[in-house]
Amino acid sequence: MTDKDTAVLDTPEMITRRQAVLRVSALLGGAALIGSTAWITGCNTEKPAATGGEAFTNDDVAYLDEIADTILPTTSTPGAKAAKTGAFMALMVRDTYSPEDEKIFRDGMKALDKASKDKNGGKSFMQATPEQRLALLEALDKEQFDYNTKQRAEAKKKSDAFLTERQQGKPEPQSTQATQIVDQPPNKYFRMMKELALLGYFTSEIGMTQAQRYVEAPGRYDPCIPYDGKPAWAGHA
Amino acid sequence: MQTQEYDAIVVGSGISGGWAAKELTEKGLKVLVLERGKNIEHIKDYVNATKGPWEYPHRGGRTRAMEELYPVLKRDYPLNETNLDYWASDKDSPYTEVKRFDWFRGYHVGGRSLMWGRQSYRHSDFDFEANAKEGVAVDWPIRYAEISPWYDYVETHAGINGSIEGMPQLPDGKFLPPMRLNCGEQMVADKANKIFGPHRRIIPGRSANLTQNHDGRTQCQYRNACWLGCPYGAYFSSQSSTLPHAAKTGRMTLKPYQIVSEVLYDKNAKRATGVRAMDALSNEMMDYKAKVVFLCASTLNSTWLLMRSATDVWPGGLGSSSGELGHNLMDHHFRAGAQGNLEGLDDKYVFGRRPNGFYIPRYRNLFGDKRGYLRGFGYQGGAGRDDWGRAVAELGVGGKFKDAMAMPGGWNIGATAFGEMLPNHNNKITLDPNKKDKWGMPVLAIDCATGENEHAMRRDMQVDMAELLNAAGVKDVTVYDAGYFPGDGIHEMGTARMGRDPKTSVLNSHNQVWDAQNVFVTDGSCMVSAACVNPSLTYMALTARAADFAVNELKRRNI
Repeated sequence: MTDKDTAVLDTPEMITRRQAVLRVSALLGGAALIGSTAWITGCNTEKPAATGGEAFTNDDVAYLDEIADTILPTTSTPGAKAAKTGAFMALMVRDTYSPEDEKIFRDGMKALDKASKDKNGGKSFMQATPEQRLALLEALDKEQFDYNTKQRAEAKKKSDAFLTERQQGKPEPQSTQATQIVDQPPNKYFRMMKELALLGYFTSEIGMTQAQRYVEAPGRYDPCIPYDGKPAWAGHA
Repeated sequence: MQTQEYDAIVVGSGISGGWAAKELTEKGLKVLVLERGKNIEHIKDYVNATKGPWEYPHRGGRTRAMEELYPVLKRDYPLNETNLDYWASDKDSPYTEVKRFDWFRGYHVGGRSLMWGRQSYRHSDFDFEANAKEGVAVDWPIRYAEISPWYDYVETHAGINGSIEGMPQLPDGKFLPPMRLNCGEQMVADKANKIFGPHRRIIPGRSANLTQNHDGRTQCQYRNACWLGCPYGAYFSSQSSTLPHAAKTGRMTLKPYQIVSEVLYDKNAKRATGVRAMDALSNEMMDYKAKVVFLCASTLNSTWLLMRSATDVWPGGLGSSSGELGHNLMDHHFRAGAQGNLEGLDDKYVFGRRPNGFYIPRYRNLFGDKRGYLRGFGYQGGAGRDDWGRAVAELGVGGKFKDAMAMPGGWNIGATAFGEMLPNHNNKITLDPNKKDKWGMPVLAIDCATGENEHAMRRDMQVDMAELLNAAGVKDVTVYDAGYFPGDGIHEMGTARMGRDPKTSVLNSHNQVWDAQNVFVTDGSCMVSAACVNPSLTYMALTARAADFAVNELKRRNI
């Protein structure tokens, strides 16, 4: 549990709820933003039974490791590959994604490879240099970011419009249904990859205890202290 | 069929059952506690309590296989990898949803006291008087003065942290030191509390987490992992707080896996003689006899039990003569509020994970305020710095991005309102004549919906928080309504309400069933209105009060 969780929501009950929804949104393959609007989606997707496609091969896992490690490479702390993020991504796709999302993810792995070959003279992602890999992912990331920015502006506009309407005394919709809409990015495989890489890395032992700081039992609460410029305190399960 | 005899039987071992067990045993009674589910032993059975978060294969999340097994639980946060053992199996515990009702249950020793949110607030006379003043449902048969000493009593034992605020709508209690507001919350509180006056204020949340060593239990270690079970016993649960005291008397017998199927009723003596139970593992039936029976099986299940009892006298069951048994189901509607970003605090941080937040007590329709709806809501919220989760929505891949995302992000603040839901006769539970569970017992059909009053309130739940945050200088404020279905609040209440008149209520002012005065119902079933505060503390106080009354009545041979 992190301070991020306390931030947007509230009491213990709600903190855990938000935490869960954050996770769920990640598990749904990024159907919702992980961020300030994530928990709002109130996920209740009716999904078909788990069937699970083909298992990911060792080569697939190695490929996912390289994708994750391009997003989160070794710096002064170990990177995503060291944290076995590829295996985590494969597990999550198999165990938690809907068949539709699993297909998007697997097709995305192929699409990324094809993009690499097209751009880099026939070299697959695995064959590409770290610089070439980074360039590929940066382009995909830019696309996602522009989409997210648009979504956030929409959400803000809706919120402002709601407040204005209320100030003008317009009647309330007669329900307790969610008023926010879950965003569905048009091309979401990279979003899935980035989300799973981030989740896998920052909740791994390396990500929590080396990239971030983790104290199992802090023993006290200091509600307001000078920030020492060091990494964030990681949360609990 | 075998029979065993006790002075008292307590059905259920959660927050209310634990208190009944403690009070009745400490007052000298030989008490049998029957729990329908498995035992969970304090500390020993908290198997995940000290696990590293990285040790869960899915890092605490949920799989599709889990969603298959838990079609109800998956609707909200409880379906997860970290404490799934503490939630009742949806497959084994079916119910019928006439309308969608999210019922999240804990069928084991300790019940939901193991997983509860621990927020602990008193009702005030604004709450106890509201029904009578507004002509809604029936009047509470008690007032604050009658329950106040019992709030004192249970708070003193349970260990509730909080600050003394002198706000009439949220009475102060016997508190351990508060868990303090953090920089972000304090900054907003300082500004907002000046602007909005004494009745609409941000105060520290009050929770059942120990801020000092207390009653042989260790103080909170600020892990914020309460829902895994606390190895320090630092939050109130039946396991950490009430059952150990009951066990210490040597007068408690605790039996897990006993599904009580009916209260045994002697129609000539007009009193209960005990209960009938089925062993959940062997399906063997057993009768247990006692002078007094406490039903603390949780809101809907205590009523289910009453409906199955004394049906030879009343077809609708024990307590149904009023026509109100099963009616007036309530919850708190929530998940509407506002949030925003805080500037000017990037050089500030916190240490430790506080299992608590801030609270804004109800101010609507009080102190001269008049809205187009009845009652009001309180806010629960918190401030903090963003973590790596922000990275998904941010532009970036690569080493610099990774190192930046490992640092704390900006501060933000947000809150959701918890709104009072009015008692409504049409919101009801009945026995489904067509469906049985795997033990052959009929299941409940739940027919409950929010009404116009709740819908109208949700506007203010959003707008008011935005207004407060904007006034306090918070940036990028947005409102939200994340949607709500009855049951979501996990504060289900009512269906066997207290009252002043046996014609319109199931229980009297001491939680006695009007039609069988040696049967007490002291869990959430007894609630006459919901107020907008988290209800568990009130169940504790009502249970301790009823237990004291029951023992005195036994001594006087009145029951």
